Amino acid sequence: MSMIRKSGNRFSEEIMLKNKSRMIRASTLSLALALLIAGATSVLAAGSEADFKAAYAAAETANKEAGTLRNQWTVTAAALADAKKAADKGDFDQAIASSKEAEALAKASIFQATSEKTLWKELEIH
Amino acid sequence: MRSAIHLASAALALAALAFGAVPSAVAADTPNPPADAKAFRDFFTQKFPKVKLEDFVNGPYSMNEDLHRQWEEKEQFPPYEFSVDMGKEMFSKPFKNGKSYADCFPNQGIGIRQNYPYFDEKEGKVITLELALNRCREVNGEPPFSYVKDEMAALTAYMAFTSRGKPFDIKIPDDPRALEAYQNGKRYFYTRRGQLNFSCATCHVQSPGERIRAEVLAPALGILNAMPIYRSEWSGMGTISRRFTTCNTQIRGVPLNPQDDEYRDLEYYLSYVSNGLPISGPGARP
Repeated sequence: MSMIRKSGNRFSEEIMLKNKSRMIRASTLSLALALLIAGATSVLAAGSEADFKAAYAAAETANKEAGTLRNQWTVTAAALADAKKAADKGDFDQAIASSKEAEALAKASIFQATSEKTLWKELEIH
Repeated sequence: MRSAIHLASAALALAALAFGAVPSAVAADTPNPPADAKAFRDFFTQKFPKVKLEDFVNGPYSMNEDLHRQWEEKEQFPPYEFSVDMGKEMFSKPFKNGKSYADCFPNQGIGIRQNYPYFDEKEGKVITLELALNRCREVNGEPPFSYVKDEMAALTAYMAFTSRGKPFDIKIPDDPRALEAYQNGKRYFYTRRGQLNFSCATCHVQSPGERIRAEVLAPALGILNAMPIYRSEWSGMGTISRRFTTCNTQIRGVPLNPQDDEYRDLEYYLSYVSNGLPISGPGARP
């Protein structure tokens, strides 16, 4: 606290360092998300209705867990809606892909909520 | 014998370290609202040395000279005026049972905005002005209003208008639950959420004065003093509940329900750290 008050430059350096670590963390989160989505979408091989139902249930379970952590994402809900829409049209490949995407997004939101339980303090003004 | 003495001294030293370390670690984590408020104010006044303290309540207009000029012109014919008039009319009209809003509030509800939210020790929770207004309606047999706009915005606009210039005076009673609510609000403020991985602080502490698309971001200091606000983007009035829920949506997070505990605690924290700054609501924003 005293360091911040005494020197504007040192304060700026501290902010820059914090920003840098935040950027690294954000990049890590994006990379993890990209890998999850890539892994999820690569399993596309002539999906059936049963495959869709399993994938959708897994996504819903993950999203519910994010809900208990009070940290659902709008994009997860959108991907779940897309999955349902595709399944209604009988396009199960697309429905499975959207379900997997929703699951990956929900898992990323769980990761975020869990890691922020302690990381929020890094942003605090002292 | 010597080795026994060494062992005993080592154990004693370890115990001393352990006992010495624990209280200081706990102390570092113990919420200290007055220290937080001072650090909060110092941060913004040092970041924006040219902005007068009381001017922070004007949000983006305090950050940018061009915007400030636009705002002064806008204030000639304030877009929230219709809402204040509507709120005044609603406030003075009795409920079906003959009672009115004035019966639910201290000083008949006039000039009291600066005292909300407060911590209710009976209930053990934070009570916001919006919540108190709907409770007043319900206890008098009237249906509650939507928390986000129109009637609720009009009522809070009128109550803020009668309190203009009065400094925020949020109290944290000597009750561990009040301190917990304050700390929960602080945690919510700094916690990143949504797919964009933003916290409230990302925009309103790290980047006030910067643009996010076409908007100039407001500083967190004094950010609630101008509520409710007319926003050109909304083409209408919005309450604190509307501001919180739309912020969450904008960062691609699913908003909580208006007046959920998290939002009430957040309002408590943000109002407390702006103690001493004048109520300027209702406000107008781009």
